[in-house]
Amino acid sequence: MSFNNLDQLYRSVIMDHYKTPRNKGSIEDGGITVEMNNPTCGDRIHLTMQVEEGKVKDAKFDGEGCSISMASASMMTQAVKGKEVAEALKLSEIFSDMMLGKDYDDSIDLGDIEALSGVSQFPARIKCATLAWKAMEKGVQNP
Amino acid sequence: MISQELKKYFPILDQEINGNPLVYLDSAATSQKPVQVIEALKAYYELDNSNVHRGVHTLGNRATESYEGAREKVRKFINAASTEEVIFMRGTTTAINTVASGYGRMNIQAGDEIVITYMEHHSNIIPWQQLAKERGAVLKYIDLEDDGTISLENVRAAVTENTKIVSMMYVSNVLGTMNPIREVTKIAHDNGAIMVVDGAQAAPHLKVDVQALDCDFFAFSGHKMCGPTGIGVLYGKKDLLEAMEPVEFGGEMIDFVGLYDSTWKELPWKFEGGTPIIAGAVGLGAAIDFLNEIGLENIEQHEHEMAAYAMERLSEIDGLTIYGPADPLKRAGVVTFNLSEVHPHDVATVLDMNGIAVRAGHHCAQPLMKWLDVTATARASFYLYNSLEDVDRLTEGLRTAKEYFSDVF
Repeated sequence: MSFNNLDQLYRSVIMDHYKTPRNKGSIEDGGITVEMNNPTCGDRIHLTMQVEEGKVKDAKFDGEGCSISMASASMMTQAVKGKEVAEALKLSEIFSDMMLGKDYDDSIDLGDIEALSGVSQFPARIKCATLAWKAMEKGVQNP
Repeated sequence: MISQELKKYFPILDQEINGNPLVYLDSAATSQKPVQVIEALKAYYELDNSNVHRGVHTLGNRATESYEGAREKVRKFINAASTEEVIFMRGTTTAINTVASGYGRMNIQAGDEIVITYMEHHSNIIPWQQLAKERGAVLKYIDLEDDGTISLENVRAAVTENTKIVSMMYVSNVLGTMNPIREVTKIAHDNGAIMVVDGAQAAPHLKVDVQALDCDFFAFSGHKMCGPTGIGVLYGKKDLLEAMEPVEFGGEMIDFVGLYDSTWKELPWKFEGGTPIIAGAVGLGAAIDFLNEIGLENIEQHEHEMAAYAMERLSEIDGLTIYGPADPLKRAGVVTFNLSEVHPHDVATVLDMNGIAVRAGHHCAQPLMKWLDVTATARASFYLYNSLEDVDRLTEGLRTAKEYFSDVF
């Protein structure tokens, strides 16, 4: 078989984030902690964030899961770090639209996140990609 | 091998997935259905559909005969002493919950022990956790051997005179291990406990004889044995069922209804509240006819051969770990594995792009995953329609996955 279809999912940027995750680890103290798992498959994320004056100062993650879930977590922390909470939530909304295959707001530069757009073609893997974003939303909304 | 000619009875298998002929290796999750079962459901709805056990019209009689006829087929299939001991339910989960609620609440007191194992499916863990919490009972786990089997010494160590219920799966949905139910039942009985068997992975694959096992309850699902979803069976010994209160109340299960009190029908109907799963039972009956035609002994033999060949071929792949007993005769047609550092979801996606369906995840057995010290695994499970060629396709697909992810690790 050709790898063409697989390459739509496993873009090199994704595999790079999987192999060399950004913001891996845990913020020691004073932060927001979210534990979330995907009960159907066992993926797990431990997300810590430092939110001050409505801004995500820092975000780190730890966890176990497939390439898509872990790469997505790495990209998410990279994307929300330094952003206003409202901007982070807006990104999450755009990401959700992207996963559902809807038209999404492309006025904002998504950077590496764009590489995950192919996941929408693999319905079984959408939950993998959205886990970290759900954890972030939960963290900033119920700190 | 029995499979090549049998594949033709399963229309769903004759299709391409992502441009490749489908290889279905997820029968432990649910089996595919032969035309015989699909036709039986169609015929029931086209010719006989009606409610059962009421009215005097002809269709009602036909539906009742079909439904009760299916019960007799199940009785023979598991060698129960009487159809009074065969209760139709939604599936294994409902059946075990019925035992935990109906028997457990009446018989478990604070300090009593309920004994299960580390390899159980969540459906044979959580009902007991809930019962133990409610009654202040102690839930104990039997240790596994390194190869994922259960030793009778460990059973004897866990089961004491305080034990009231022992519940164990007959065949593991992850490791494929076939557990020594008859011997465990003896140990349970010697200690005054009852024996509950989760037979979900056993009934499709080997000859079940509840009287020879001497177990007190035996639960299984129709959909894993060529039958429809939504139908399953709880077998229970008559004296225990008679002493039990129903769990669901309503129509169908009553004898006399007064304003403030009611009485129940006799067995097995007192446990079948509401309009029963009539078409499901008819479909299950057709599935049993189909399996009997092939012969459970032949199916079991075929699965040992499939497991042996899969273990041989998969072992050729560097970095592939197989979990569970090394001896294929100690396992049913289930092979659970991990491919070096590649996450099982990623393995399953590559296989799916090759038309091969496997399960990836924790297989509803989180305590077992913890025992194996993994977060997830991939699983290939075989049934009567699988062939050695399917294993070759799997092996080839796994080599592709390995190659594809080789530059990542």
